[in-house]
Amino acid sequence: MNFDKEFDASGLSCPLPIVKTKKSLADMASGQVLRVIATDPGSVSDMAAFAEQTGHALLGSGEEGGKYVFFLKKA
Amino acid sequence: MATKKMAIIATKGALDMAYPPLILASTAAALGWEVQIFFTFYGLQLLRKDLSGIAISPLANPAMPMPVPMPVVVSVLPGMQAMATSMMKSKMKKKGVASLAELRSLCQEADVKLIACQMTVDLFEFSKDDFIDGIEYGGAATFLKFAGETDVCLFI
Repeated sequence: MNFDKEFDASGLSCPLPIVKTKKSLADMASGQVLRVIATDPGSVSDMAAFAEQTGHALLGSGEEGGKYVFFLKKA
Repeated sequence: MATKKMAIIATKGALDMAYPPLILASTAAALGWEVQIFFTFYGLQLLRKDLSGIAISPLANPAMPMPVPMPVVVSVLPGMQAMATSMMKSKMKKKGVASLAELRSLCQEADVKLIACQMTVDLFEFSKDDFIDGIEYGGAATFLKFAGETDVCLFI
């Protein structure tokens, strides 16, 4: 999937992947896609909850080489 | 959709109890919620400029995992609290857990309102110089005014 910016949250624990994803989205334009990489297993449900509550679309998510990858489209 | 609101009363100053208010507040702010934390009694420790004194004790804390089983009487020995605190902090660092100072500045950046309880500031004879900048001071009525409008209200 194409993306405009990437944020690597590998090694970070709750709540940093979410809080810093929010910060990464701040300077992006509406409609742009952010790719987030995380190693915190809790980020799987947290990222979905974040997307649902903020209106950013979670276009896709999955596992890649033991890491979790998310694609968020900025609202 | 109306902005959600959360109010937290932070009353504890031990390392393990210092995390939940700051984690929930920074996360809620990231979700776009309006958040206030009211710091009272030992919770005021979380507003001090220097957070290095925040500690965790193995004493009367039977759930705290120790590398070796330890009789309760050992945990009263001098240096045990410092050892437990340093072990916990190094484990947290290794696991990518944010420091309290980092979480606190994330809260401030995200406009979480931090309020020090004036009564306990006076009780413990703190001066405003002991605390970080950008906080407010107030009492129970100040807290309840906001708490009455919230979706989530927690006492920690």
